[in-house]
Amino acid sequence: MANILSQIIRGLRKVGHRVGDQIWRLGAGARLFFLTLTYSTECFRRPRLIVREMYFTGVMSLIIILVSAFFVGMVLALQGYNTLQKYGSSESIGVLVALALVRELGPVITALLFAGRAGTAMTAEIGLMKATEQLSAMEMMAVNPISRVIAPRFWAGVLSMPLLACLFSMVGVLGGHLVAVAQIGVDVGAFWSQMQANVEFVDVTNMLIKSLVFGVACTMIALFEGYDAPPTAEGVSHATTRTVVISALSVLGLDFILTSFMMV
Amino acid sequence: MDRSTIDLWVGVLVALGVAAFFALATKVGNLTASKLGETYTVTADFENIGGLKPRAPVKSAGVVVGRVDRIDFDTKQYEAVVSIKIDQRYAFPKDTFANIYTAGLLGEQYVGLEAGGDDELLKNGDKITQTQDAVVLEKMISQFLYNKASESNSDNKPTELKPEAPAAKSTELGDVPF
Repeated sequence: MANILSQIIRGLRKVGHRVGDQIWRLGAGARLFFLTLTYSTECFRRPRLIVREMYFTGVMSLIIILVSAFFVGMVLALQGYNTLQKYGSSESIGVLVALALVRELGPVITALLFAGRAGTAMTAEIGLMKATEQLSAMEMMAVNPISRVIAPRFWAGVLSMPLLACLFSMVGVLGGHLVAVAQIGVDVGAFWSQMQANVEFVDVTNMLIKSLVFGVACTMIALFEGYDAPPTAEGVSHATTRTVVISALSVLGLDFILTSFMMV
Repeated sequence: MDRSTIDLWVGVLVALGVAAFFALATKVGNLTASKLGETYTVTADFENIGGLKPRAPVKSAGVVVGRVDRIDFDTKQYEAVVSIKIDQRYAFPKDTFANIYTAGLLGEQYVGLEAGGDDELLKNGDKITQTQDAVVLEKMISQFLYNKASESNSDNKPTELKPEAPAAKSTELGDVPF
């Protein structure tokens, strides 16, 4: 009896410890976020730092994002045509592709790919910098690692994400155009005019807002996981895994919250 | 990697992104189409607006001439008051007829304006008096059923009177020639 009781208590203690740990990490992440904001004046004075990081996060993610956008658009057009033609409205295929891409898939898939392509790289890089004591060396030289390492990467990620989401949506629409017009034979004029009649400018600005929020979330998670990683090979690998998992979950959760605000 | 090449590539990314944004705004979205110039506002009372929503198009002869600005409820007459913004370029006579139509079978609803013949034109703040409500499907179906029922009632009566009917007819026929 006492044995079972102690086992239950041990289980509860484990749960409590994990919950407390997560709350501690959340607070530490928020603290790093505000520290990044306060220390980001230096990287605005030296925009070259941001440009350099934008090359590694934005430009390097370009190919994976453009190629997947093209395929996503083509698949949307194929699937949409399959159902729409049953109701004799295959001209609305442009509306379906554009609305799906602009409202949801553009920002969300871009953020997921970004977390996988750029976020993991950031986490691993900063984790290794920490493991090899480069961050401590910077502090020794009176260089603030947050303003020199974290802030430029943060702003590069935040700026890259909306650009990438715009490109994703546009290339996706072009992919849908290729399948709908060239392969299936939907009328070009109907494809574009129906799209323009049903996609509002608000949808485009909402897409920008969504991708900005996702940019902040994904980049901050990646940076914090790297900054917080135990300075071992195992610690860095775990941190990289956590970056992808937490980024994906928070992007999808934030997407629900943002969408419910925008649909009012 | 040389620094200037990095700058070049980031520039390419930014240029492509901004171009994609403008393409989305103008080609995919309807930033240019939805822009009305100077507008004037008129109101119209409807007993039932169906599924009409703010920002719905206002069309005349199929051409978009304005947009629904807002929809209010008049608690004195229990009617919907629809404010319509019409582009200044298009003037309509005072006795213009406002209908609520549905685009396609299940499409969105819009306001259709049919110009009348009055010499006076609608001004800012005027009210369109002649309106026709939205077609509510349930009303139409119940009316249809009601008509069917009354039709079948009138069908039944002659069958009951059938034995007498030929006699009446023959007297009618018989009376006239002689």
